[in-house]
Amino acid sequence: MAVSDFLKKFFPKSLWVYHLNTGACNGCDIEVINVLTPYYDAERFGIKLVGSPRHADVLLVCGPVTRQARSAAKRAYEAVPAPKLVFAIGSCACGGGIWHDSYNIIGGTDKIIPVDFYVPGCPPRPEAILYGVAVALGLAPKKSAPVYARQKFLDVVEAKSLAEAASQAPDQR
Amino acid sequence: MIISKLKEALICLKAGRVTLPYPFAPHDPEDGFHGRVVVDAEKCVGCGGCAEVCPPRCIEVTDPSPEKRVLEFFLERCTYCARCAEVCPEDAVIVTKEFETATNDLEDMHMRVEVFMSTCRRCGRCYEPPTPLDRMMVTGFRPPTGESEGA
Repeated sequence: MAVSDFLKKFFPKSLWVYHLNTGACNGCDIEVINVLTPYYDAERFGIKLVGSPRHADVLLVCGPVTRQARSAAKRAYEAVPAPKLVFAIGSCACGGGIWHDSYNIIGGTDKIIPVDFYVPGCPPRPEAILYGVAVALGLAPKKSAPVYARQKFLDVVEAKSLAEAASQAPDQR
Repeated sequence: MIISKLKEALICLKAGRVTLPYPFAPHDPEDGFHGRVVVDAEKCVGCGGCAEVCPPRCIEVTDPSPEKRVLEFFLERCTYCARCAEVCPEDAVIVTKEFETATNDLEDMHMRVEVFMSTCRRCGRCYEPPTPLDRMMVTGFRPPTGESEGA
């Protein structure tokens, strides 16, 4: 089930979010707070910041998961009543960022709890976070896609080497 | 007391409506914004300079065959510093203003660039340092198994 269908079924009215910092540098935290200011006004979509994971529908996770924060993050995730969603905000929460191989970092958020939506950026613009929420709510189409680029000359060379191998094969017998 | 509240109300009324209609209308970033990077494969020479300077080491350079070099960008941990674009000798790395990269699948943040490398007529693999030990010292070079993702 796509995230937007899931949201329409289980969260038809509004999302209450709990902001969980698992070791962020505060950049993403500031951007998350920025989304709630009158300029970006996420309360238009019924999004409200709550003070306890037990009141929340969505966890907004910022920062790479440090060894200190692992058990706390797991407990916060378990405290959210099901059905629940996890949004990873920022490069650190998505894949570990510049600390992905540090000794005290476990990795991105998906290493310890399942993540439903990723918002990359360092920090993401407030617009990017709003866009992520809008995509999750089904208000906007998803734009990013994997990119596979290849030099045209490589096709020529590989075709040539394949032809050479085919022509040499009878000689080797 | 009341006068100060009235003043505050006046200031708020003067500001008017400030909320941006963002998800329903585009709001482009300013000049100098660093968004998602894109590589022009035709310009790339496969030097691996971008992999050398990348702070989160999100660019992996592998050589699956002597003729081919593969640059893999794991953009989910990209910090958008644009140093790869600064260092690129051929200006093959382009920094776009694309910031709407939110996704439910990390595969969407993956970029793979395959580059042709010319080989030596005599030994078959040129542009490589002489001994295997020296080859491993080249920054950005990783064995083709791709084991650098870490445990």
